[in-house]
Amino acid sequence: MLQRVETHYKVTGFAALFFMAGFTLIAFLALSLTDQSHFDLSKIMADAYLGNIIVFTLKQAALSTLLSISLAVLVALALARRTHFIGRSFILKLFALPLALPPLVGVLAVLGLWGNAGWIKHLITSLGFDKPSYSVFGLSGILITHVFFNLPLAARLILEQIENTPSENWRLAAQLGLPHISVFKLIEWPAIKTVLPGITALVFMLCLTSFTIVLTLGGGPASTTLEVAIYQSLRFDFDPARAVTLALIQLGLIAIFLGLSFKFTKALPQTISLKKTSNRPLTHGKIYHAFDAIILTIASLFIILPLASIITDGLTSNLPRLLSTPKVWSSILTSLMLAVLSACLAVFMCWSMIKSIKTSTGRYAQVVNFIANSILVMPAIVLGAGWFVLLQRLGLVFSFTPFLVIIINAFMALPFIFRILSPAIAQANNQTQKLVTSLGITGWTRFQRIDLPALKRPLTLSFAFAMALSIGDLGVIALFGSQDFSTLPFLLFQSLGSYRTNDAQGLAFILAMLSLGILYLGELYAHHLPPTKKPIANGVDNNA
Amino acid sequence: MRFILTTLALFGALIGFIANPANAKPTLTIYTYDSFTADWGPGPQIKTNFESICQCTLNWVSVSDGVALLNRLKLEGKKTKADIVLGLDTNLVKEARKTELFEPIRIGLPESKVIKHWKSDAFIAYDYAPFAVIYDTEKMKNPPKSLDELVNGPADQKIILQDPRTSTPGLGFLLWIKAVYGDKAGEAWKKLSRRILTVTPGWSEAYGLFTKGEAPMVLSYVTSPAYHMIEEKTNRYQAAKFSEGHYLQIEVAGLLKSSKNKNLAKYFFKFMMSAGFQDQIPTKNWMFPAGITSKPLPKEFDKLIKPEKLLLLSPQDVADNRKAWVDEWLTATSK
Repeated sequence: MLQRVETHYKVTGFAALFFMAGFTLIAFLALSLTDQSHFDLSKIMADAYLGNIIVFTLKQAALSTLLSISLAVLVALALARRTHFIGRSFILKLFALPLALPPLVGVLAVLGLWGNAGWIKHLITSLGFDKPSYSVFGLSGILITHVFFNLPLAARLILEQIENTPSENWRLAAQLGLPHISVFKLIEWPAIKTVLPGITALVFMLCLTSFTIVLTLGGGPASTTLEVAIYQSLRFDFDPARAVTLALIQLGLIAIFLGLSFKFTKALPQTISLKKTSNRPLTHGKIYHAFDAIILTIASLFIILPLASIITDGLTSNLPRLLSTPKVWSSILTSLMLAVLSACLAVFMCWSMIKSIKTSTGRYAQVVNFIANSILVMPAIVLGAGWFVLLQRLGLVFSFTPFLVIIINAFMALPFIFRILSPAIAQANNQTQKLVTSLGITGWTRFQRIDLPALKRPLTLSFAFAMALSIGDLGVIALFGSQDFSTLPFLLFQSLGSYRTNDAQGLAFILAMLSLGILYLGELYAHHLPPTKKPIANGVDNNA
Repeated sequence: MRFILTTLALFGALIGFIANPANAKPTLTIYTYDSFTADWGPGPQIKTNFESICQCTLNWVSVSDGVALLNRLKLEGKKTKADIVLGLDTNLVKEARKTELFEPIRIGLPESKVIKHWKSDAFIAYDYAPFAVIYDTEKMKNPPKSLDELVNGPADQKIILQDPRTSTPGLGFLLWIKAVYGDKAGEAWKKLSRRILTVTPGWSEAYGLFTKGEAPMVLSYVTSPAYHMIEEKTNRYQAAKFSEGHYLQIEVAGLLKSSKNKNLAKYFFKFMMSAGFQDQIPTKNWMFPAGITSKPLPKEFDKLIKPEKLLLLSPQDVADNRKAWVDEWLTATSK
């Protein structure tokens, strides 16, 4: 795909890239150059334990990714075949929720279903059987929780791509009476294939850098990831240089993986469609029907039951008292404000970066892809600590805290919305490129009349998703925290840290509802608000 | 012309006064951990109490915990805005000394209740609590009566521990095992590992899992049951008394060399050992006060177990051997 890149996108795209790379680099440098460092590379290399950590990190990440992705493909295919069933859109919204939860809340939710005091064991004992002796602590718990966090996201992203298939293809397939296997081979798989490497890389990175999940459920120090080692070297050992080196090792691991994933990424097939909303004819056949029903039921239960345990726990807490506490409201407001600002920044940066790409397979596209994604493996604690050192030297720490939180949250959301926006923009460009080139529409006019109407849905979704991610993020606030600056996750952890488990459950419930509300409003807006101006070109309007 | 200038100057002074009302009063900045300054923690009331007698403003700045506190100081160095740091534990004191940021307080302070275990002129103990294994009475009828019984007990009754690499209670338990088993600590860990459900990054995760019912035992403090008895009116969670003794956590505060309000800071140390501060500790920080309180502790505190012996390794020992002991734990418990 070739795209003529407009000058202002070149500028903003480059600026966004430099900003991200520079921000990270400065943090790393600032941290490496503190006088507290007693750095010795040979010692790190000779550390046998570190070798074990790397092996375990890769092993659990690979297994988690494999499970999450293969199940996500099955779920996405089933969801794509079943376009009409009650609760479908609700399930899709819930699917965006797990990743928006702070990891610890997710862990407790998963335990609410699978744990020793969880519903499954309860159900089995109340049916009169012996209490099952399985334990989720260990690799199995890590895998279950990673799948809980990542399957829904991956399934949604894959589904989005299948549904972008031009509706003519489905009609044609139906007219020709193609068997399911051919539909899969000719239509579904090619669509999935375009996004799979990117999504796999994303999930892999999330599992690679997993910290709370691995430590809490791992069952012992044998389950330790590099991220834990980084955290440890910044905390107890206070050896910033070691932390930076480990972060670079982590980056190196992910670079190899991203490189591979990029190699397998195919450019989007050139298709021009009049309309790409999925009005796919229902797939018939009893076996398929039953198969889909089973897959969807299991997957939904797998995701919904832990979330339901957050709700039941939340309702047993003293919600009225929490909601009449001014601190809770001020934290909600702070969280919302930070989330809106970091979502704006994330969407703007992501949009500029993607729009500055000329060919989706070129060298520059690789750089953009790498920077936009690898930011996820930059431990927020390293970024935060680096900037803390720098700002503190300049005496600016407190005035800049909110900005740092916003920027780091935006960075962490970027890889996700990149997966939403990138294919959508590519598709829209395919459809409008010739038209805008021949008519010479550029700049603001192009954005307003062509891009915005066509991309309103993915843009709104990206915004909502970035907001939801940021709302649940404890991130670097803990590092800078002061009395007057408190967010909802911060308050939640504060409650947990002083025996107030009950309050924490209530706050987790509020947090989950807030995220769900944001995602819901995002979709509502994306679906129901008609474009303000009638689009010039036919067929770019996918809100219809 | 002169009139205009005078007006401007007055106006400027007025604005300066409005914009910075604290100008008239000195500000004492204290770094601490965030559960101390939470709405329900002791911080807010202590601030009010101190401000009513000091003609000053007390400014709390909080980070996640004691370790983060020390790191924050290391990052800030001599430029720190803190006058006092409150919330280090004795295991961190050696590290804190090494930064050379602290200075001795050198004023007469009342004797602390842990004077037998802790003497220092730079790091003043303000509260303390022995670590303890807390068990769920609904799930466990015969809790271990010694560390040895815990180590050798049945594998199906699990305990949740914290990681000594990332949390202070985790490190405390590591030292407890070391203090009791010495050279045999590795073997003890190996036996105990059968009973460990999981090792969490911090106290919050462990205690959260415990109250959720994932395991019948967790490592916490002797004072933990007081919270449940007072705030939740339940006797369900109790501490197990170990015959070898309990490892002690003492929380201390120190004065920074770079402080520009040393007299005020020293005044705070006096206040810290008095009722205005100490009264807030038992039911808000859930620790034992190290100084004088105006009234006896709530009756629930009488029901808490009273360890026969308190264990504490010297900060020097801890600093010198922490890495080796953590490695010993790693080798013994990772399979």
